[in-house]
Amino acid sequence: MPKRKDLETVMILGSGPIVIGQACEFDYSATQGCKALKEEGLRLVLLNSNPATVMTDPGLSDRTYIEPMTADVALDIIRLERPQAILPTLGGQTALNLAMELHEKGALAETGVEMIGADPDVIEIAENRERFRRTMTALGLDIPVSALANTVEEALDTAGRTGYPAIIRPSYTLGGTGGGIARNRSEMELLAWKGLNASPVRQILVEESLIGWKEMELEMIRDRGDNAVIVCGIENVDPMGVHTGDSVTVAPIQTLTDAEYQAMRDEALRVARAVGLNGGCNIQFAVNPRTGRRVVIEMNPRVSRSSALASKATGFPIARVAAKLAVGYVLSELKNGITRKSACFEPALDYCVVKAPRFNFEKFAGASPVLGLEMRAVGETMALGGNYREALQKALRGLENSLLSLEWRPGTGEDGLGGDRERCLEHMKRRLAYPEPDRLNRLYAALKLGLTREEAVEITSLDPWFVMQLEMILETERFIEGPLADAIVSGGLPDGEDLRRVKAQGFSDAQIARIVNAKKGTFIPAGDITALCGRLGVSPSFRQVDTCAGEFLAETPYYYSSYDAPPAAAPPAAPGEGEAPAAVAPGRRRKVMILGGGPNRIGQGIEFDYCCVKACQAFDAMGFDTVMVNSNPETVSTDYDAVGRLYFEPVTLEDVLAVCAEESPDGVIVQLGGQTPLNLAMSLKEAGVPIWGTPPEAIFRAEDRRSWNELVEKLSLLQPPGHMAEDERSALAAADEAGYPVLVRPSFVLGGRAMRIIGNSQELASYVRSFAESGLALGPGSPILVDKFLDDAVEVDVDAVADGERVVVAAVMEHIERAGVHSGDSSCCIPPFTLPPEIRDEILRQTSLLGLELGVRGLMNIQFAVREGSVYVLEANPRASRTAPFVVKATGRPLIEAAAEVMAGRTLAEAGFLEQEPPKYFAVKEAVIPWGRFSGAEVLLGPEMHSTGEVMGVDRTFGHAFLKAQIAAGTDVPLGGEIILTVCDRDKPALVPLARELAEMGFTFHATPGTVRSLEENGLPSATLFNINDQRSPNVHEYLKSGRVKMFVNTANDPQSIRDSSFLRAEAISCGVPIMTTIAGLSAMVEGLKAVKSSHWRISPLQDYHP
Amino acid sequence: MTPMTTGPSPVGGKVKLTPAALTLDDGTSFTGLAVGECLEASGEAIFITAMSGYQEVLTDPSYHGQIVVFTTAHVGNYGTNPGVDQASSPQVAGVVFHELWLPEALHWLSEADLPEWLRAGKVGALTGVDTRSLTLHLRDKGARNGVIAPASAGLEVALARARAVPSMNGLDLAVRVFCKTPFKRPCAWEREEGSPPVYRVAVLDFGVKRSILDQLNLQGFDLTVWPGDTPPETIGGERPQGIFLANGPGDPAACSYAIRAARHFLGRVPLFGICLGHQIMGLAAGGRTYKLPFGHHGLNHPVLDRDTGRVFITSQNHGFCVDPESLPPGVRANMWNLNDGTVEGLTWDDAPAFCVQFHPEASPGPHDSRGLFARFRQMIKEHDAQA
Repeated sequence: MPKRKDLETVMILGSGPIVIGQACEFDYSATQGCKALKEEGLRLVLLNSNPATVMTDPGLSDRTYIEPMTADVALDIIRLERPQAILPTLGGQTALNLAMELHEKGALAETGVEMIGADPDVIEIAENRERFRRTMTALGLDIPVSALANTVEEALDTAGRTGYPAIIRPSYTLGGTGGGIARNRSEMELLAWKGLNASPVRQILVEESLIGWKEMELEMIRDRGDNAVIVCGIENVDPMGVHTGDSVTVAPIQTLTDAEYQAMRDEALRVARAVGLNGGCNIQFAVNPRTGRRVVIEMNPRVSRSSALASKATGFPIARVAAKLAVGYVLSELKNGITRKSACFEPALDYCVVKAPRFNFEKFAGASPVLGLEMRAVGETMALGGNYREALQKALRGLENSLLSLEWRPGTGEDGLGGDRERCLEHMKRRLAYPEPDRLNRLYAALKLGLTREEAVEITSLDPWFVMQLEMILETERFIEGPLADAIVSGGLPDGEDLRRVKAQGFSDAQIARIVNAKKGTFIPAGDITALCGRLGVSPSFRQVDTCAGEFLAETPYYYSSYDAPPAAAPPAAPGEGEAPAAVAPGRRRKVMILGGGPNRIGQGIEFDYCCVKACQAFDAMGFDTVMVNSNPETVSTDYDAVGRLYFEPVTLEDVLAVCAEESPDGVIVQLGGQTPLNLAMSLKEAGVPIWGTPPEAIFRAEDRRSWNELVEKLSLLQPPGHMAEDERSALAAADEAGYPVLVRPSFVLGGRAMRIIGNSQELASYVRSFAESGLALGPGSPILVDKFLDDAVEVDVDAVADGERVVVAAVMEHIERAGVHSGDSSCCIPPFTLPPEIRDEILRQTSLLGLELGVRGLMNIQFAVREGSVYVLEANPRASRTAPFVVKATGRPLIEAAAEVMAGRTLAEAGFLEQEPPKYFAVKEAVIPWGRFSGAEVLLGPEMHSTGEVMGVDRTFGHAFLKAQIAAGTDVPLGGEIILTVCDRDKPALVPLARELAEMGFTFHATPGTVRSLEENGLPSATLFNINDQRSPNVHEYLKSGRVKMFVNTANDPQSIRDSSFLRAEAISCGVPIMTTIAGLSAMVEGLKAVKSSHWRISPLQDYHP
Repeated sequence: MTPMTTGPSPVGGKVKLTPAALTLDDGTSFTGLAVGECLEASGEAIFITAMSGYQEVLTDPSYHGQIVVFTTAHVGNYGTNPGVDQASSPQVAGVVFHELWLPEALHWLSEADLPEWLRAGKVGALTGVDTRSLTLHLRDKGARNGVIAPASAGLEVALARARAVPSMNGLDLAVRVFCKTPFKRPCAWEREEGSPPVYRVAVLDFGVKRSILDQLNLQGFDLTVWPGDTPPETIGGERPQGIFLANGPGDPAACSYAIRAARHFLGRVPLFGICLGHQIMGLAAGGRTYKLPFGHHGLNHPVLDRDTGRVFITSQNHGFCVDPESLPPGVRANMWNLNDGTVEGLTWDDAPAFCVQFHPEASPGPHDSRGLFARFRQMIKEHDAQA
């Protein structure tokens, strides 16, 4: 069954902004899908609101729409482009839901568009819990006891049958949003209510608890000829009860017998057949560890986070194959790109793959870090190793959470391990019962204290096999402390084979050094261990990921390192073909190595993947061999065909140096992967690695506060006055000198971690004291920065490229929120919408000065603040910025390509990248923040970044563009109705004119007494709502819940009122009421509403903006 | 020796490890650690890419006399389980692991730990071997003979022993593993009036796997299992309604007795063969067999049934193969391996006979092609109706 002849144009749906549970794995999937369909000569129309993605690069599809992902917009596009089919299975739940909405509205039938990849019935059976349950029962498959509930009462009824604990799963949500585990009746009341609210159809499933069971996933592909393969089985190390996205997982499955595995495989095939799948899917099972009873949990009839992981774990491109199947092929007609054998096969692994989740709980003060059914991880890292322990420790060190692999650090209010052992152990046991992000580290520490294997299994429900793996690691640690430390400290040479065996357990040099130092009281640097390995000839072997465990010659270079390969007594004359050292490959071109960003986290995400991928393409086009090092399985940059040679390795100094030794690159690029590779720049250079682009010294000069101050002074630029402080006393002194309010932050952090605006000395003192508790260092080596806060300033971001002689600004972005909101959370606009030309010119001048003085070669991003006609420079980052992809999509300018050419030694003039006029239309970027995932956390924009993703709105006026961005970000923008206004005194004057415009547009107001007065004085009527403290009705809280409120405007500027109003903002989030926390944001919203009320927005593809 | 092995450290392990090596007849030698005292083992070294089902593999008579190299990272995690042995004792000559699970296996089905089971079965076992390099070597240079010997034996001695191992070509190994006297294995079907009929099927044993007999029983066949070299006339005396040619080890061309038997029954009684049985049927039809460089050993081989367009993911274990060019008219290669285009199944146009190279009974492996046993029943039923 070859490709269908009736398809010419196919519309592909992306997944919108990065949110928890739906991250850049869908950029990877849809990018692969676009490439696969392009090969088939199809005309592609893409819809995705997320400008940071690779898939929205105009080269990948014929018509690229960065527009809100709503049914109306999609229908407009269908009418414009007339596709024959729409492919919704590569863009996650967002795409699936959007396609279903179009189907249910009859829009697809009306326009004659066919849903391919999964038809509506397939989606309905898999996604509708009741139909799925009935289908499974008809097949005779075991499923958990459960029933649907549409009210809290029904939920309580069902729980009577399932018993407690019981699971709550809302229908049609992603990443388990709104789900939970109810341990008793009162928890059920609360969680059922929350779950019903989270479900778009107000329906939840109440289910028998399988907590503690083994959790298994099968990634499958099936074609329309009923041929199916299991691409990968994944075992969750964390048992049922922790969302699989939050679990550490391993492939292949380790603890099932063949009989158990094959029975599960049979069931998966039957499920796929019954559902009618044509494409990729993921099926989850739970297995009772004591009886082997197995139940089907769920099925996703689309590619998923797990399928992206499975693709990277095995080398089998699930999304690519799924896309081909969607346009008519069957599996036996497709080839495995790695071995050139059939794609209709099941990969065999001869290594272990471990995925570990990355969390950002520290950014959501007040949220409980206990893991459950709702996914909270913001990123992940994957590692391959010769055995589970090596893979696990590589994955953990790739997390960049400041811990060396399984190292454990006591949390707030906890003792270290130095105290009374019994008491410590009891405490650990209690904490281990509730899994937290550091659970494996904690378990390891507890085993060290003497926790028995039986206790560990009892408390954590981990399979004993995984507990025993930790015991083996611990045994190795004891060997390091003992014989190895003795040999090292005595200055003798340890046995090389001993050292290799230690390394084969996944220990990094830094970890070994730390263990030795802790035991011996020495100060041996990690580099000494590296040198020792070098002297003893202990080095990793690089092995191919070939999908077939070595059975066939693989042609696609995709590698990982392992020490788990003992030397042969009489080795073969030549290494296996395909694994020959890269350095001896014949006819080699010049080689450039690009370092990726590691796991996604708030502040460092998909944007850097985009930069890495674009740069790879640019270097390839210039005739370079490209080598990529990264550990993030969600990315396009770790797709084996996106780069020349891929090394799936943690982006740490040791691992990167090992790849350098293997590849001997002519140049290494550190400026594209965010802070992670940038932090390695200096050490790499010291190790003799050639860094291309901006020299590490310049990076240091911009980052180090002292040299930065000198630089600003030398160039006679303005910056907010401030000082560094190493303790409470000097912080207070610095603040007095600068004058309150001050902006304080630790040095060298990402995403504004622990950054605060502080109004007085009391607050500052308590901030400094809270520092130690939150695990942040303060002292001579790690000062905090205390700067004057420029209240009410306009912030501006500039992205530019410099070649040492010339600085070309690609875009000037004006932030919509005022200074004090982290640039990553602030919405911004290209071109600036309020800045006068002379200010813009001044910004360009300063950018140029800074770029030349720093000697930037490549990308740079500078942040400015403009207040009362003065331009202050806040910081300069000589690297790719978060906004780089937005700039590319908004302006159509080849920013990354230009930077790549510069890094390769060309000038900007040679690259043809020169100054251009700003665009005549407006592009607005809006941030998307996962408030809903962290109940209890403070909902307020501030200097600490919280957003996980972004969207872009582009149109002919600022208002239209802004409103599109709001809608794309998921805001339920009202065109009329009731608004609650409660603003601080500072903002009252600015509110009045905005309220007047809103009133003219037909909005009515409810407000708190102070705001009511201020409106009344200006002739604007509003109904009074009381503050909670007033103890009178109606109060704001009650009214928010009434369902009548269309928008909640709430600003607060002092800590007391922020605290007082905190729960109101949280309430608004949980009720789905749009919330505005700044006057600037409200002003833009008013502008947007005016625009759409006067004329309709215009839907256009990027190809029309930048022909 | 340090307390650590290459792979696992023996946490709670009572197992003694002895430095040892697998030495191949081309002079290469891969170091590892023997489980317990090093039991010497020699045979043809082949690799298998299965990620589960080690116990089934180690007891499969088709692996008789071979040194099996597991490519998967961890083996032994779930211990050894009841009811999965394919024969009454381990069949392999030796086994090589990347990392054998040495501590206690705590899976709910585990009866004994794999190291202990291997020692009880007197299987020479090596762990901590660089199986990736070994596998690539076998892939590039072909399966070759080798010997597992303690490091203390020395490379020269080991090499000499490896070179003394007889070549697999022309070697009849089936004779070493098939049953010595015939036995009955009735099925558990109801035999009441109106129940579907039970058929009499003769199994020519060349080293049959227990799970094949199970699958045949499940189809309602009363089985008589005959030693592979039983004269066909003796078997025919019991008037079997179907003949099954079993799997087994070694070179099919060396099993002249079996080829003669297959030829005797072809066209007269419905015939179904698996693996060695398939090769023997190919030879009986007048075809040739040849040795593959490193064979097919794994649970992930795609086989296309050209008659239906369906693909089975199959369990495979063979070193020899039927040459499609050698087949006479009327014998059709209808199943093909999608990886290397080798023949995976034959069907006869003018005789009730078919056979497959792969293992539809699985154990270990996917169950995609178990329907072939039902096809055999259907064939017998149709033939029976005509008779």
